[in-house]
Amino acid sequence: MEFTIFILALPLLSFLVLALAGMKMPHKVAGTIGTVSLAAVAVLSYTAAALYFGGGRGADGLFPTLTPYNFVWLPLTDNLHIDMGIMLDPISVMMLIVISTVSLMVHIYSFGYMKGEKGFQRYYAFLSLFTFSMLGLVVATNIFQMYVFWELVGVSSYLLIGFYYTKKAAIAASKKAFIVTRFADLFFLVGILFYGYYAGTFSFTPDAMLLASAGAVIPVALGLMFIGGAGKSAMFPLHIWLPDAMEGPTPVSALIHAATMVVAGVYLVARMFPLFIGYAPEVLHIVAYIGAFTALYAAVVACAQTDIKRVLAFSTISQIAFMMVALGVCTSDDPHDGGLGYMASMFHLFTHAMFKGLLFLGAGSIIHAVHSNERDHMGGLRKYMPVTHITFLIACLAIAGIPPFSGFFSKDEILTACYDYSLVMGVFMSGVAALTAFYMFRLYYLIFWGNSYYESQLAQYKKGRLTEKPHAPHEAPFAMLLPLIILAVVSTLAGFIPFGEFVSSNGHAYTIHLDTAVAVSSIILAVSAIAVATAMYAKARSRVVLTVKVQGRKFLIAAYHRFYMDELWLFVTKKIIFRGISRPIAWFDKHVIDGTMDLLGKGAQRLSYSIRRLQSGNIQSYSIYFLHGVMILALILIFLV
Amino acid sequence: MNYIQFLEMRPEVSLLAIFVAVFVYDLVARGKWRHYFHPVVCLLLMLHTAICLGESYREAELFSGMYYTCPMIGIVKTILTGGTLLLVMQANKWLRSANTTHKQGEFYTLLLSTLFGMYIMISARHFLLFFIGMELASLPLACLVAFDKYRHHSAEAGVKYILTSMFSSAVMLYGISFIYGTTGTLYFADVANNITGVPLQVFALVLFFAGLGFKISLVPFHLWTADTYQGAPTVVSSYLSVISKGAAAFTLMVVLIQVFAPMIKYWQTILYILTVLSITIANLFAIRQTDLKRFMAFSSISQAGYIMLAVIGGSKEGMSALVYYVLVYIFANLAVFGIIETIEHHTRSNVSRDDCNGLYKTNPKLAFLMTLALFSLAGIPPFAGFFSKFFVFMSAFKAEFWVLVFIALINTVISLYYYLLIVKAMYITPNDNPIPYFPSSKYSRISFVVCLAGIILLGICSFVFEEIDKFSFGM
Repeated sequence: MEFTIFILALPLLSFLVLALAGMKMPHKVAGTIGTVSLAAVAVLSYTAAALYFGGGRGADGLFPTLTPYNFVWLPLTDNLHIDMGIMLDPISVMMLIVISTVSLMVHIYSFGYMKGEKGFQRYYAFLSLFTFSMLGLVVATNIFQMYVFWELVGVSSYLLIGFYYTKKAAIAASKKAFIVTRFADLFFLVGILFYGYYAGTFSFTPDAMLLASAGAVIPVALGLMFIGGAGKSAMFPLHIWLPDAMEGPTPVSALIHAATMVVAGVYLVARMFPLFIGYAPEVLHIVAYIGAFTALYAAVVACAQTDIKRVLAFSTISQIAFMMVALGVCTSDDPHDGGLGYMASMFHLFTHAMFKGLLFLGAGSIIHAVHSNERDHMGGLRKYMPVTHITFLIACLAIAGIPPFSGFFSKDEILTACYDYSLVMGVFMSGVAALTAFYMFRLYYLIFWGNSYYESQLAQYKKGRLTEKPHAPHEAPFAMLLPLIILAVVSTLAGFIPFGEFVSSNGHAYTIHLDTAVAVSSIILAVSAIAVATAMYAKARSRVVLTVKVQGRKFLIAAYHRFYMDELWLFVTKKIIFRGISRPIAWFDKHVIDGTMDLLGKGAQRLSYSIRRLQSGNIQSYSIYFLHGVMILALILIFLV
Repeated sequence: MNYIQFLEMRPEVSLLAIFVAVFVYDLVARGKWRHYFHPVVCLLLMLHTAICLGESYREAELFSGMYYTCPMIGIVKTILTGGTLLLVMQANKWLRSANTTHKQGEFYTLLLSTLFGMYIMISARHFLLFFIGMELASLPLACLVAFDKYRHHSAEAGVKYILTSMFSSAVMLYGISFIYGTTGTLYFADVANNITGVPLQVFALVLFFAGLGFKISLVPFHLWTADTYQGAPTVVSSYLSVISKGAAAFTLMVVLIQVFAPMIKYWQTILYILTVLSITIANLFAIRQTDLKRFMAFSSISQAGYIMLAVIGGSKEGMSALVYYVLVYIFANLAVFGIIETIEHHTRSNVSRDDCNGLYKTNPKLAFLMTLALFSLAGIPPFAGFFSKFFVFMSAFKAEFWVLVFIALINTVISLYYYLLIVKAMYITPNDNPIPYFPSSKYSRISFVVCLAGIILLGICSFVFEEIDKFSFGM
């Protein structure tokens, strides 16, 4: 498996080439370089997966963990060393497929979407950088390497959100994303250092001896690491950056803020799963509760948003929370007895990446057509954009959990795991799942059905009330449709992958079987939620909607404002932290620290002036100083030491 | 005598062979062959560096213990040789200029003989051989300093160098005579067994130390440095500041831990005092300099002080830190001097800080390399200079010289100030007519790329330090 090094090397190389020489290339060349290298990465990833899973299980019934490369980068002690390398195990190989697939789709799609944009080459350079970092993150051989790439991913996300750097909102969003995730990463780093210090290793699978010596610190370290994961994966209350991150180009949202980077937190918890289960099951359950609350919160907020990308963003938060819940409800590492959630979470990660990537790319195609993110400017688009319409519908069915689309299978496993844990958790998550179906179809109807904004504008124009003739929405170019179609096919079929054969909590094969009660009840819930959405939004102005709007006005406004979480954060940072802590520190820095440094500087200048005569250029005096130096030293040594 | 032993001294033999080859080439080459002189020397030196590297992993004791080599010594020789190669590449334009081209051969042969002297100095395990090596390393250097003899400053610098050098050699020889007088032998190993620490030996230690302190240019034996660096051809200043200094520092450490081990209390005191003096006084002078070469002279004195931090513990870690420091320092300093050299060659006058104003606009690549090199010298992470400083501080810290480390740390702040002054001049200070763009020679460019790679990669590639650390030895 030595060739896997190219999976990392190619995107890095493409980044370097595009970053250094990109500006001198025509757009097409730069895009082709990025896309071709990514296509090669995808081919290599598929080959690696085929070889890995095709290689069969070892004598112990597990897929072997391979480390084709691992070199010690910084040796600290015999056990504690920071390595850099590549590790292949079932989940990292699965992630390779997810990342390379979605990234390749986004690369192709961007050809159409970003056509003619200023900074096209820069865009592709950053995409390559992101892909490199994300791939490096998943194949990390130890927690520290993961952290290094974790930060690189953060940087590339920052760069891409702020891609339209002349737009104020984009700059603010990129800063917000960076600062919030960095804040969370601080806890991650502290967790890693705790872990390294007390367990004496950065390995994912340390000796039991080492862990025993660390004792009670392990749960704390794992909890801190989870905070880092919660920041990246936008768990409440650290979710505030993700909706704003939608200021970036839409394909970037599809790649980074839907399919890959935001699931890094889930991946982290999955990576540390043996430790969580073995040493800190209570922390794992806290993860479940945080996830459950986030899932509900985000789903409710998603119902009240008008910007279609924001709806998708909150939907992403909610779906990632599903994955977190699935991991959190595990009580053992046996998939037959309490460990089902692990497999379910990874399965959902896989299917979600495909259909959420598809949703975002579809949204991009719509935005491309109507030049707006607001749902008021859409409506009735199904006539104008048939392909986008069908693929978007497939993705909506998948996320709503309608069989045979992929989301049904993975969500069903999650719900089964929840019911295994407790009835309350199961019912709660089923409710959120129904809500998911509702808000997704609300979005779907608002975009594709109802009154056409274009037609109403056209009518206005014909009456002479508008001076400019509105543009008719048009279907996207082929470069954008192709990824939509491919992802739609994957989203439809991915549910039939025998996922448990490849990934499970203890590594042994697990045959997925549907729990009839859960499956039937969730289908009924989803269908009725869709029915409600149809009743409310399929027609232009339904009376139900008006009634709901009047009755629940206050609640809807609060939900539209995301229950004022951003305002709360602003209050905490601006009013409390800035005033109470930062200002005194700034004063201390300005007066005491700078003052000391100034004193040092001025003192040095004065002293320097006063001894300048030592260097007279006179060779006799040089010799005298030389001799005096010798004599004084000799005297000091003989009489004082 | 067993003449076969000469063959065991592979680096020396190979260097001598090159010396002879260059000498003969200089005699016979005419016409267009003279044109190829510089590339031929570069190639030969490259070959020789490879031989040094290949032969470094050997241990041998020859001539009844007068000559000794081990992997560590081999590594140091390789580093010095590699540095010399880079330096010769940078000298390309200067060597081909009208005033110098006819005496190119002399430059090479003088340079190679000093290098040979350093080899001997490092490998010597007998005071007489050591002294011969040291003199071989310094006398040709005086000629090199005065190489641009028609330039007034060069000749003056040469005279200053040779006089102070002779003075310090005499002082050192005086010290060695005391050692011989009190112990009755000149072999390092025997001297170490017979040293008792009587006042006369303490005095001998001080005298000996002063001699090497002169070569390393520690305060108060440093006064020649600024005048000589400023007057000498830039290539030679560069050579003095890195190669000659590195060899002397390594030798000092070896002699202190092998010969004067029983007197550790004494030499630690000397080192303590001189380190503080060197770093502080050199920094104070460096602040005021505007001439870049003079400025670099003081910078190199303060860097020497930092190197002494590695020596003071006399430990194995100290030696790894020292060699690593010298290696990193060579890349950064050669880059700075190389840039000064190219600018100087272009403007045909000494370079002052004001000349650098706005250099960024016209020569962005040079300015960029200069910035990185200065960052490395100042010890800013993630450049190699940070790591080398870190190891040096670490070794002194482990030897429990906390106050000393603290003083050195304060001094790094001061040094940051004056290194950044140049960066400021290049990037920030406005200038209506900066030095216009000029291309540097191919050879310089190659050496710049190597320096750049060294500055950036040495810190990241931890195996370099580990390799050095594997072979180092202490008390």
